[in-house]
This record gives sequence, C-alpha cells and structure tokens, in this order.
Amino acid sequence: MTFGLLSQYVFNGLMLGMIYAMVAVGFTLFFGVLDVIKFSHGDVLMVGAFTGLATYIGLQAIGIDAPLAQLLIMTLVATLSMALLGALIAKYLVLPLRLAPPLNTLLITLMLGSVLREGVRLFYPQGSNPKPFPRLLPDDSIAFGSFTLRADSMILLLAGLAAIVAVHLVITRTKLGLAIRAVAQDAETARIMGINFEFIVLLTFAIGSGMAALGGLMNGLYYNEINFGIGLLLGVIGFSAAVIGGLGNIYGAILGGFLFSALQSLGAVALPALFPGTSTAYKDVFAFAVVIVFMAWRPTGLIAEKKSERV
Amino acid sequence: MKRLLSAQSAFPALASMAALTLFAVLFLHAESQTAVMGLTAGAIVVMLLLARFGWNALAASSFAGHSSQAHAAVILGVLAVMAAFYDSHFPLLMLASVLLYVVVCLGLNLQFGYAGVVNFAGAAFFGIGCYTSAVLTNHTPLPHVLVMFIGGLMAAGIGSLLILPVLRTYGHYAALITIAFGILFRVFLEVNDTLGGPQGIKVPGMEIMGWKLNDGVQIGGIELSFYVNYVLLALAMAAVAFMLVRRLERSWIGLNLDAVRLDETACAAFGIDVARWKIAAFTLGNFLAGLAGSVYAMMTGFVAPNSFTFGDSLILVSIVILGGIGNPWGLTVATAIVLILPEKLQFIQEYRLLLYAALVILILLFKPDGLMPRQVRNYLPGWKP
Repeated sequence: MTFGLLSQYVFNGLMLGMIYAMVAVGFTLFFGVLDVIKFSHGDVLMVGAFTGLATYIGLQAIGIDAPLAQLLIMTLVATLSMALLGALIAKYLVLPLRLAPPLNTLLITLMLGSVLREGVRLFYPQGSNPKPFPRLLPDDSIAFGSFTLRADSMILLLAGLAAIVAVHLVITRTKLGLAIRAVAQDAETARIMGINFEFIVLLTFAIGSGMAALGGLMNGLYYNEINFGIGLLLGVIGFSAAVIGGLGNIYGAILGGFLFSALQSLGAVALPALFPGTSTAYKDVFAFAVVIVFMAWRPTGLIAEKKSERV
Repeated sequence: MKRLLSAQSAFPALASMAALTLFAVLFLHAESQTAVMGLTAGAIVVMLLLARFGWNALAASSFAGHSSQAHAAVILGVLAVMAAFYDSHFPLLMLASVLLYVVVCLGLNLQFGYAGVVNFAGAAFFGIGCYTSAVLTNHTPLPHVLVMFIGGLMAAGIGSLLILPVLRTYGHYAALITIAFGILFRVFLEVNDTLGGPQGIKVPGMEIMGWKLNDGVQIGGIELSFYVNYVLLALAMAAVAFMLVRRLERSWIGLNLDAVRLDETACAAFGIDVARWKIAAFTLGNFLAGLAGSVYAMMTGFVAPNSFTFGDSLILVSIVILGGIGNPWGLTVATAIVLILPEKLQFIQEYRLLLYAALVILILLFKPDGLMPRQVRNYLPGWKP
C-alpha cells in the first residue's frame, strides 16, 4: 500500500467520521433531554438533503446561479425546515408518548422514518432513483506526491467541525445550553426552577435535526449523489456511534462517529489483506459485527451514561 | 333463540367463524378492484356495526368458553377456504404464506409480547431459515423434514450469538443490537457470492418421505393445485405453533415471562431467573421464525436478499403491534390483513410500507394496546363469577 492510497483512506475515513459524528450528536442530544431514541433521525437527514436539492433546482429556475449564494440559501432552507420538522416530531409524536414504555417511542419514530423514506421514494419526482447532487464547492486540489487534497473535501470537513463546535459552545457556554443541561439532568427540578420544559425539548430536537440536515448536505456534496435510502443506514450508523461513545455524552458521540468510520476503513483495508478473495464490501458486515461484540463488552458505551436506578 | 345468542352458547363463535370463512372466500375470489374495495369497505362497516351492538364481545366470550369447538371451527374454516380454491395456485399460495407468517409472528410475539425482548431482525431470522434450506436442499441429500428443523435450529443457533449482548443490555441498546444484526445479515447476503449474491438461489420443492409436495394431487379424477400440499403442511405447523404458544402463555412459564417483561428487578427479587427466561423466549422465537422460513423457501422455490430487508422486519413488528401485543388471535387476523390486502388491492401494493407505518403510528398514538388487546389472564377457563 502506497502512502498516497493510505492517506486517501484516512482522509475519506475522517470525512465519513465527521458525518457520522454529526448524526450521533443529534441522537445524544435527544437522549440527553428526554431519554428517548428518535430513530427517524437518519431519515430526517435524507429529507434535509432532498430539501437542499429541491431548493437548488428552484434557485436554478428563478435564475440565481452564483454557487456561493446557492449554497448558502440551500443550507439555510434545509437546516431551518428540518429544525422545524424535528420540533414537530417532538411535539406531536415524541412528547405525547412520554409516559408510555420507552420502546413505543422507538417504534413510533422507526415507523415515522419509514413514512419519510417511502414518502420521498413515492412522491419526489422519480424519487426511487439516485439523484445527482450539484457540485457547488470549488474543485481546486493540491497534490502532495501521490495524494491529492481536494479543496471541497477540506471545506466540508471544516464546516462539519465548525457545526459540532458551535453546538458544543451553545450547550456549554450559553444560558440556553444551561437550560438544556438542566432538563437533561432532572426535568422535574428544571421545571420547578422556571425552565419551560416543552420549549427546551422542542428546541433541542430542532438543533439536532438541523445538524442532521447539515450532515445530509455534506453527504450530498461529498458524494455528489443522494438517494432515498441513505437515511436508514446513516441513522443506524449514527445510533451505533452514539451508543459506542455512550448515549447522552456529546464527546462520546464524536468519538463514536470517528471510531465507526475507522472500523469501516479497517474492514475495507484489512479484510482483503488478511483473507485474500474477500471483497471490500464486507466492511459494513465487519463494522456492525464489531459493534455487536463491543456492546457485549461495554453495554453502555465507552463513556458510560451516569445513572442510578431507583427501584 | 335467546339461549343461542348468549355467551354460554357456542353459537356466536361458530357463526362468526362461518361468516369469516365466507368472507375470506369471497375476498380471495374477487377479481376486479371495485369488488375488492367494496368488500373491504363493507367489512369495515360491518365490523364497526357489530362492535356497536356488542356482538364482538359476545363472540369473544363464547369463543373463550368453547375453545375446543372454536379451534376446530378455525381449522375447518381454513380447510373450507382451501377447498374453495382447490385448483387455483395464487389464493392457495397466499393462504399458505399467511399461515407460515403466523408461525413467524407467533415467535416474535413470544419474544416481544411475553418476555419483552425486542427483536427488530425478525426478517433476518426468517431469512436464515430460508437460506439454510436453500443451501441444504441444493448441496446435500438430507431429507427435507430434517432440513426444515435444521433451518429452525440454525436461526436459533445464530440468534444465540446475540444472546450475550442482548442480555447485557436493555431498552434502546438491545434494540440497536437486533437492528445492527438485521442490516449486517442483509449486507452479508448481498456481497456473498457463494450464497448467490443479490440474485439469490433457486430452491427445489419439498419432499417428505417420497411425497413430492410440488406435484399436483388427484382425488377421484379432480386435479388439485400442488399448493394444497403446502397449505396442509403450513396449517399443521401454524396449529402446532399456536397451541405451543397458547399453552406456554397459560402455564407457569408464561407467568414467568410476563413477570420478566413487566419488572425485571422485582422478578429477580422473587427468585425468577431473568436471563434464563429471556434466553428461552428469544431462542424459541427465532426457532419458529427459522422453521417457517425453511418451508417458505421450499414453497416459493427461490430466495433472494431483497426479501429480508429491515423494512420486512418492521412489517413483522407492525403485525404484532396491530394485532395487540401478546394476543395470538389478534396477530393471526393482523397477519392475514397485512399480507393479503396489498396483494388484492394492487394500487396500495406500492404504498404498503407507507400505509402500515402510518397505521402503526396512529395505533401507537391513539390505541396503544392494538386492534385486539390482550385479555387479562384467566386462571380458570370457563369460570364465571
């Protein structure tokens, strides 16, 4: 294996890890405030990517064709509409089931994911085919020997990092973040202290879903293609990443995201090398198998959820 | 007349079964889309009216009071539907599929409804059975009855690899393990060339001690469709599985399983071995799924990874929820509705996953116990205060 190929793998792994981490941060935020898993998260990401694409087509139609303006408007529209969708999901599907068994919340959001996925497949024009996603970032590249660094990938990586850091700062440094952390720690006491519980929950869901929309756009810009099925796999991977890291912990989510992409890259590189003849397509099989084994070892993830169960 | 229509008489249950059988024959017979829609709408209206006049409760208590007659009536009903379509392949294939899926859902019900072990990989365990029978029938001379049981054992065996992580985790974490397994299984099938890759493999028809199930049957000069064989086999399997699950539910084992689901801590404090019952329910449930899968593969003659997607697992879970978690009769009815309706109403075929998902969301929001909620345990059957 040459240096160039290796660094290509590493860079690709970092890129995927960033997208996974963004999805996982959403899962962790929702779990933090409400102790629920919103499984439709991956599909919200997919709908976000499709909203971005539709906005792009709309902008082309009305004649705005400066890539930067297009990109900004797309990001704004996709993020805001997904934030709204996330808040609506929280209000009408997740909060009403707060007193039901936690499994029901998982189920209802799983089913909502199917509704979103099938909705895009059936009602988006030719939704069942993969859609080309526009290249809006500058496509300059710098060559380091056999490794070429593409400017667009670099921008995406930095944008993802900026988004995660921004969310982290909001949560740790602002009054709003304090309220979110208070609700996460103890909803009852937070209410007594005068925090508007429902508003904070809706806002957290909005932030997480907005992040998912960003992740969806990044995914589209990186691969230049989206299809209705990406959400399911990205959702499961994001969920696994959040669980590996430890649900409810934002550092855990980031760590989990990069670990999962490392596992995939390892599977793609190491499996064919160790067992000649196996295809790199086994990388997902390998990664998920490791996740299952890992869960048997550390059931609550690397950075364990702090909890005490009252009986 | 008055005595006939009381809950003590077997008449309400038997009459309901007869009406249901007649409806099933009419529904499967209907060809045009308008006829099918008319029948569906009619059935909904009639069901609502009957519920309004208290017939359903009457039939249910009559059913519970005369369970042996009622069970015989159900089996006779299935046989009657089979006889009505003795020479047409498609309705019989549908009937046999419904019966096999009932076996799968009974397995899920055992895990999900009784022991509270979540399993979002139902289609994967069904698929393990399918692929086991495909490989064994193609490459070994093993008798097919044995293959059928090996299919079940394989599903239970591969499922047991998940036992440790499933036991060590709970709630969302456990759900993730089965979801990850389901996706892993499907990806594995797609990339594995020896198992046929995305194209899948052909499976020969079943043969039990010289009785070739894929040959048509002739009785007194009347040619029967070969699916009659499979309907009979599937009916026998469904009846045995049903009996098994009902007996388990009513025994001390069922009581333990219910206790494990409702409160693990209290259970452990009372000396009930939580891990043992979870393992038992998970393994037996997967065995049933694999068993049904291996017969299903031999019946349809073809297996491909596309039949075992995460969506299919979700449909299985929807069936258990729609029927009323923990209620075997409810899930039987739900299986029939979920499998047959999209086949007959072609225009919803494309939208079926969307429709079921939306339906399950509505049920979880407004009627979380399902269409036919599980009855409270009755310790002395037939006893009236």
